[in-house]
Amino acid sequence: MSRNLTPNQRAWERFKRNRPAVFSLIFIAALLVGILIWPMFAPYKPDQMAATQFQPPDGKHWFGTDVHGFDLMTRVMFGARISLMVGLVGATVALVIGVTWGAVAGYLGGRFDSWMMRVVDILYALPAIVFVIVLITVLDTHVKQWIVDQFGSSAGRYTRTAFLFVGLGAVSWLTMARIVRGQVLTLRGRQFVDASRALGANNSRIILHHILPNVLGVIITYVTMTVPAIILYESFLSYLGLGIQPPMASWGSLIAEGASQLNPIRVYWWLLVFPATALVSTLLALNFVGDGLRDAFDPRAG
Amino acid sequence: MYFLKRALFLIPLLLVITFMAFALVRLAPGGPFDNERKPASPEIERNLKAKYHLDEPVWKQYLRYLGDLSHGDLGPSLKYRNHTVNDIIRQGLPVSLTLGLLAFLIAQGIGIPLGFITAVGRGRWPDYAGSFFAILAICIPGFVVGPLLIMFFSIRWQIFPPAQWETPWHAILPSFALGLFFAGRISRLMREGMTQALQEGFIVTARAKGMSETRVLVRHAFRIAVLPVVSYSGPLLADLLTGSFVVENIFNIPGIGVFMVNSSLNRDYTMVVGLVLLYATLLLVMNLLVDISYGLLDARVKYE
Repeated sequence: MSRNLTPNQRAWERFKRNRPAVFSLIFIAALLVGILIWPMFAPYKPDQMAATQFQPPDGKHWFGTDVHGFDLMTRVMFGARISLMVGLVGATVALVIGVTWGAVAGYLGGRFDSWMMRVVDILYALPAIVFVIVLITVLDTHVKQWIVDQFGSSAGRYTRTAFLFVGLGAVSWLTMARIVRGQVLTLRGRQFVDASRALGANNSRIILHHILPNVLGVIITYVTMTVPAIILYESFLSYLGLGIQPPMASWGSLIAEGASQLNPIRVYWWLLVFPATALVSTLLALNFVGDGLRDAFDPRAG
Repeated sequence: MYFLKRALFLIPLLLVITFMAFALVRLAPGGPFDNERKPASPEIERNLKAKYHLDEPVWKQYLRYLGDLSHGDLGPSLKYRNHTVNDIIRQGLPVSLTLGLLAFLIAQGIGIPLGFITAVGRGRWPDYAGSFFAILAICIPGFVVGPLLIMFFSIRWQIFPPAQWETPWHAILPSFALGLFFAGRISRLMREGMTQALQEGFIVTARAKGMSETRVLVRHAFRIAVLPVVSYSGPLLADLLTGSFVVENIFNIPGIGVFMVNSSLNRDYTMVVGLVLLYATLLLVMNLLVDISYGLLDARVKYE
């Protein structure tokens, strides 16, 4: 490349040449805008009952109506907010804690590595589901009352969702830490790290400028896997009855509801097809963007 | 030497983990006798608590638990009071082990070749088709895959039985329902590892000296490429072997995955701690094996 561009500008140039990734980014942006402006045009409120439940899709209810008699399209649109928020908040927590922890442990090595990884092992060895159930019920009993006292009873409706964020974030950073640490371990013995140290670079410079750019691909790929994983984990919790409660909805809880209605006699296909399509297409787009970023930021690419 | 130290370190680690689980479940609001059919009178509840020593301070309960544990006794289940935790695990574990191992093999058997193919054909149709399948697999929850498999394979086409755990035929649908998701994840990790490995200098060298492409890919690139998968497989195996709530629930399989969730919801203290101990032991051993294999696969990794 002849022009003088910073590495980030060059990465952006490369990203723009990746058609599926750009298309996916536009799709996600359109989705976000759609979700935000939807309430202004929505014909139904999320807690507004239709005439009948299990109504197949028609001109009035484009996605049909669900088990409770709510308009399914409205619920899918509102579910999008919760699902995306769950995924983003959880993945951000996993990213920040996991990368810091893994990079420091892998780079310092020796005794620090052992102790830091033993902490991860201990947290990892507690089955996530046990941890999440206990965490959510503890928060629900003790912290909820405090929040209601502080911010009034309307805040109480959102506490369950907020606790879900905390619980999902708290269990999702561990794998990231392990993967980053494993990669850093192979990198720190390499010659370019020795070279940099010989030139007088300190530890934070080596980690930030030499090691992290090389693990960025793995990190991005793992984040694009973490977002769907967290959204799915939320749906699993909804399946257990611990996640989002009606009339609130997430894509996961809607799919869980639809799946529970599957039976060989009557097929309410729309209950499963619409939320699942929304979920899968969004996750596909997130993955394509992740892949595009991975290629774009690869320090060895031309 | 390094690994011997690590192995010895497992014992205090497991003690810390059991204590955390022990304290954590007691921290949660409610107790094991809350969900009885008839609400127990205060006297009965007090008697029950006294019988299981739940009225003592936590540290004393823990010491008592360790005493029993030292001769392999995990205590009575507080929910199913006619059974000991040992009994429940002895009955359910073989089933969950079999199901988990089959799912693990399916996940690796599909995931590694798929990841390999998508990485080698990067940017061409094998990549698009394979990646689409892999991403699809990680986007569909088990409680959708399970009922769908039952609807098509047992009800419509009547190939496999829909539920229960009797003949090998019964194991096929649940193994796939459990394994497909992880096949998708492994394939993504493998694709990433392979893509990186193919950019390494020693691959260029191997090609330059005229080595056949198959040999370059399989003998040289694969060893390094598989590292992220190895890293992921340790915890995955521990996870799969201790059962899955969703799959066991949908296919009505008598494993221990269901107990893991229900005992935490029911505050069945002894059951939770027993299962956590089982899971933790498996997991830590797996992680140790992962670290050993890292050193074997990539000579540049050094432990001190």
